[in-house]
Amino acid sequence: MEIVPLGDSALIVRVREQFDDAPEETLNEVLQTFQQLRGAAIPGMIELAPAYTSVAAFFDPVDVVKASGTASDIFDWLAARIGAATVPKRRGNRRSAPRTVEIPACYDPDFAPDLDEVARHAQISTEQVVELHSAADYRVACIGFVPGFPFMAGLPKKIATPRRSNPRKEIPPGAVGIGGAQTGIYPLRSPGGWNLIGRTPLKLFDPTKDPPVLLRAGDRVRFRAITREEFESLKR
Amino acid sequence: MEMIVKRAGFFTSVQDLGRTGFREFGVSTSGALDPLALRVANLLVSNDERVAGLEITLGGLQLRFNDERIIAWCGGEFEVEIGSQSLPAGHVGRLQAGDELKFRTPQIGCRAWLAISGGVDMPIVLGSRSTDLRANFGGLDGRALRDGDVIPLGPRPGSSASAEATADRPIPATRISSWTAPHDWVSPAKPNPILRFLRGADWTRFNALTLQLLTSELLTASPDSDRMGVRLTGPELPRADNVDLISEAVAPGTVQVPPSGHPILLLGDCQTIGGYPKIAQVITVDLGMAAQVRAGDRVRFSEVSLGDAHQLFLQRERSLERFRIGLSLRDQ
Repeated sequence: MEIVPLGDSALIVRVREQFDDAPEETLNEVLQTFQQLRGAAIPGMIELAPAYTSVAAFFDPVDVVKASGTASDIFDWLAARIGAATVPKRRGNRRSAPRTVEIPACYDPDFAPDLDEVARHAQISTEQVVELHSAADYRVACIGFVPGFPFMAGLPKKIATPRRSNPRKEIPPGAVGIGGAQTGIYPLRSPGGWNLIGRTPLKLFDPTKDPPVLLRAGDRVRFRAITREEFESLKR
Repeated sequence: MEMIVKRAGFFTSVQDLGRTGFREFGVSTSGALDPLALRVANLLVSNDERVAGLEITLGGLQLRFNDERIIAWCGGEFEVEIGSQSLPAGHVGRLQAGDELKFRTPQIGCRAWLAISGGVDMPIVLGSRSTDLRANFGGLDGRALRDGDVIPLGPRPGSSASAEATADRPIPATRISSWTAPHDWVSPAKPNPILRFLRGADWTRFNALTLQLLTSELLTASPDSDRMGVRLTGPELPRADNVDLISEAVAPGTVQVPPSGHPILLLGDCQTIGGYPKIAQVITVDLGMAAQVRAGDRVRFSEVSLGDAHQLFLQRERSLERFRIGLSLRDQ
């Protein structure tokens, strides 16, 4: 584990160096660190956010100094607290299993302008792409880019497709895409470069709800292929 | 209890001190790009410093008030007028019902923050009244102001039964007070600012030559800068390696270097994570200056230690505390 400053009011706890070689293990370790730091309630900490291999911690130097009693070495004081809070847990101390969220997705051609491209790249039929995409088990590795956007690991290697060289200026909310070795869902109307292969009627971000997001880091996700009719009725 | 936007100007939005607590869901900080400027302006009009005001970019804003309000603003070198009288930055002005307030194009800098006694009253969304202009929520319908908008204002502090008197208290006795806040706080804009930075979280991914370029060369702000970040052009800043980085947190003040080699200085509307290497991080006390950088401005970077950055941060908060106490004595 390495702790690096992100300026004077934040730091990044780098739990691991790599993600792709062991996504499940890495994610479990990162989420455990996230929970441990949250539980430790270190004075001055404002918020924490996990991302793939790291956990960012934002703090108020004034409050840290109030707690530590010393205005020098704020970073060292925090790093020591973080180190103490994140000692690896012994086996047998079982974490709660991640929840599984099912995402209905319609792969209708109207919603899938890049399905042909993904199929061509994988050298399989579009039906096979849909089958592979909807049969896999995914895990949310990180939420970011825009509020509620899940970056998901677990895409079958066969259908991994490089991002489009010309990103679209506007992608509709709910669009399901493939970007390299990841799949994701656009929660809001936004620009983007991922290959669009379907759409979900679910809302991934709603600022009036608590929590405002459908998915969070660590969730297991499965896509369920739905018809256009189901899409329209779920949308209502 | 409201003001009318006669002209929205180039770009004006409702902002408070921003959103915290929702980064794990990808929600940006938003908020005043110079939080200190808004805090000071709020304190000057006897508001809680966290109350929402307006962030004005490049001027052109014209407001009409429907009741009596006290206002103050901080930021770039704007000409601001109440009717035909000019209101300098960091001074307190009194508006009568029907009065108009104008922000003209700034000479130096590009943004200003306006505080109005009682504050801009918008629904609190995810803990803040700030407009999230990328995700389009918060503030006024998640968007910038338009001509004709009606902006509800909160009750003036002390305007309730107990103290109608406070509304008539002798300060400001005249229309424009002579009282002001420290110059650095109310007018932080510089034509060619020197921004102090800490080594970024990916500092070691750049070679010595690049790091020397960062501190020795002037970088020019390009026109495609916005509340997400200031794009800088100048000598390219090549990396020592070309490993694909795993995305991790970025924050306002992060200087990241995309493959083009032209750095981007992130501001309050930036994403919560990014995959470009972070070469530097502008220190918190200089973010106000960074928020004033506009197209064509030439920026220089100067390295400081983490210990110094913390001392500067703590000193500024102590000065602000003294300022707050000074104001409360004024208000008695």
